Amino acid sequence: METQQIAQLDKRLLDFINEWKGKKGKEIMILHKVQEIYGFLLRALAMEVSRLIDLPLAKIYGIITFYHIFKLKKPGKYQISVCMGTACYLKGGNDIISELENILGIGVNCVTEDGKFSVEVVRCVGCCGLAPVMIIHGKTYGNLKKGDLPKILGEYGESVLLDKENHV
Amino acid sequence: MTQNITDIMVDIKINGKDYHVSSKFTILEASKLAHVKIPTLCKHEDLPPTANCGICVVKVKGNRKLIRACCTYVEDGMDITTHDGELYEVRKNVLELILSTHPFYCFTCLRNGNCELQKLAEEFGIRSVPYNPLVKGNKPDTSTKAVVMDSQKCIGCGRCVEVCQEIQQVHALEFLDRGFNSRIAPAGDIQLAESPCIKCGQCSAHCPVGAIVEFSQANQVWLTLRDEAVYPVVQIAPAVRVALGEGFGLEPGEILTEKMYAFFRRIGFKAIFDTNFGADLTIMEEGSEFLERFLHGKGNLPLITSCCPAWVDFLEKYYPDLIEYFSTAKSPHEMVGAMTKTYYAQKMGIDPSKIFMLSVMPCTAKKYEIARTSDMKSSGYQDVDVSITTRELVRMIKTSGVDILQLEGEKADSILGSYTGAGTIFGATGGVMEAAIRTAYALVTGKALENIEIEAVRGLKGVKRAEIDMNGKKVRIAVAHGIGNVRAVCEELRDCKKTGKPMPYDFIEVMACEGGCIAGGGQPYQVTNKIRTKRSKGLYNDDKQSTFRCSHENKEVQKLYEEFLGKPLSQKSHQYLHTKYVPRPLYYK
Repeated sequence: METQQIAQLDKRLLDFINEWKGKKGKEIMILHKVQEIYGFLLRALAMEVSRLIDLPLAKIYGIITFYHIFKLKKPGKYQISVCMGTACYLKGGNDIISELENILGIGVNCVTEDGKFSVEVVRCVGCCGLAPVMIIHGKTYGNLKKGDLPKILGEYGESVLLDKENHV
Repeated sequence: MTQNITDIMVDIKINGKDYHVSSKFTILEASKLAHVKIPTLCKHEDLPPTANCGICVVKVKGNRKLIRACCTYVEDGMDITTHDGELYEVRKNVLELILSTHPFYCFTCLRNGNCELQKLAEEFGIRSVPYNPLVKGNKPDTSTKAVVMDSQKCIGCGRCVEVCQEIQQVHALEFLDRGFNSRIAPAGDIQLAESPCIKCGQCSAHCPVGAIVEFSQANQVWLTLRDEAVYPVVQIAPAVRVALGEGFGLEPGEILTEKMYAFFRRIGFKAIFDTNFGADLTIMEEGSEFLERFLHGKGNLPLITSCCPAWVDFLEKYYPDLIEYFSTAKSPHEMVGAMTKTYYAQKMGIDPSKIFMLSVMPCTAKKYEIARTSDMKSSGYQDVDVSITTRELVRMIKTSGVDILQLEGEKADSILGSYTGAGTIFGATGGVMEAAIRTAYALVTGKALENIEIEAVRGLKGVKRAEIDMNGKKVRIAVAHGIGNVRAVCEELRDCKKTGKPMPYDFIEVMACEGGCIAGGGQPYQVTNKIRTKRSKGLYNDDKQSTFRCSHENKEVQKLYEEFLGKPLSQKSHQYLHTKYVPRPLYYK
């Protein structure tokens, strides 16, 4: 668990907190802002927010573990989102996840050691006709087959893949 | 619940019969008038409903859906059915689903025999569970050495979260994640000892199953008793004697003091002392500390009592800026432990390293307190070696085979065994304050209080405030219990300190649990305000029947000062009977 101290909170966040402090629904708005600025919710940040808005850390964790959108770990440079909406699920979304696990050596909500890739599961991304679907760094890949994955991942990080392949 | 319900009388039907009830009643409460028992699991009488489990559903005519009885208020004209075949099936299904996620090793569970889930399974005649078992959770968290959290047994009822967040306002526990992954844990799935948990154990006293229990040490006590080289000594807290009987079918508040003494002698304890003696001793020290501050300006006011270890932990974590107001006096069981291993050991010629000091407490936090700092080793050895709860004592008595109710009462041993009425009321909210005032008043004015029973500090009101006249000087006191109520007082003090406003009180008593130690986290289950009142009454009766009702009148306490300590707040007292406090982080991780 990362507990490093936050030296100085981003001014944009402080301004936002001041604007929302005391308002209804402030928790979620402020936590969104933290994620927008920092990319994820480092524990030390959550603690600082807890202190600033006088909301117990337990409550903050209740919120950020409830909603999938909040990330507790720093995502990889390239976030891989695999769709598990009904159509993708039926068309083999699970196979995609397990193949990614084979290739990258990480499961869902984990980051590769070099920080390059992270894998997450998302619910319906709205193009069921292309099922199964995954999105990497904003780019959508549809009609996926397991065999497509090495090539696709190769677009982002050949070196990692070569290493992995050597292992196998 | 935030709903504002107007209090009018309404006419309802329960199972075809007419009832005239207050609209402030929920269906569950109203059903008691009809003498039917709607099954409940997440609802505890002591807590507001959370409507998590769904086993209390009933039928209301005109409603297509089943209604949860715990959180639905009665309305005029309601026609309620509490039991029929369909309801039985629905409830049984709820139960089966819960059972499918609950481990089936009841034999080895601490709650075997008094588990609410087990009882429901019995009442519903469950003989098999049709669903595949899906038990989740990690291995038990024993990090606090006070309460143990076994997430595998958790049924997600949320009582612990409710009591931790709403009543105690500690916020150590919360529901994390959702759906099937939903679990109750400290923020970030850290260990309890790394969280803001204050070890009050209210979670364990309210848990319907064995998911949160006391850190049980009964086996350790039995093993120690078999070691002949050890000199076993026991002391029993005030609140234990008025609740222990509940484990044997007695009414709350019935006093078992002398039978307890006899029991401990029977199982091999060589000296039987009483924490009530320590309470009298605490009053001498703490009362003198108050007078030093109040009359002679030595130290800051208000003085805040420090007998409650959960409260000490809370203050160190949440209000470290108020540490200067804390009494430095150790708690009564620590004092008895310290005196046993120094004064008593010397007097009797016993090697203190051989003494095994057991304290029986209504409390889980006492298990933490005995090793809180290095001050808790006055003799060089831990003042109290093991602290067990009332619930553990109930189990020990059952294990021993002794029929405690039939035992002839016996006396405690001299010299740390006698107590006054002031010592015994320590177990109820307001009791420490009342005992302190009785003695302080006598020390200041040279005469006894006209009315020794101080009604203003008794009862279950969250914060009790009063003024006591001492020779023309007014002492402004406050008594708070239940950390949620305590917080309000702490905020007042913090605000005054920050702004430089004069402090509103001179003397404050705090107990972490609602009602005080009589409803501590280690006491028998199913506590409600009714039971709190009964147990307190037991203590106040004990006080009434005492020959001496002020701590300074305790002959053995006087003797202890003459022979050993000198006078209150002496150098020796400070060495053995006082401690210090340090700011601690809310989260260690």
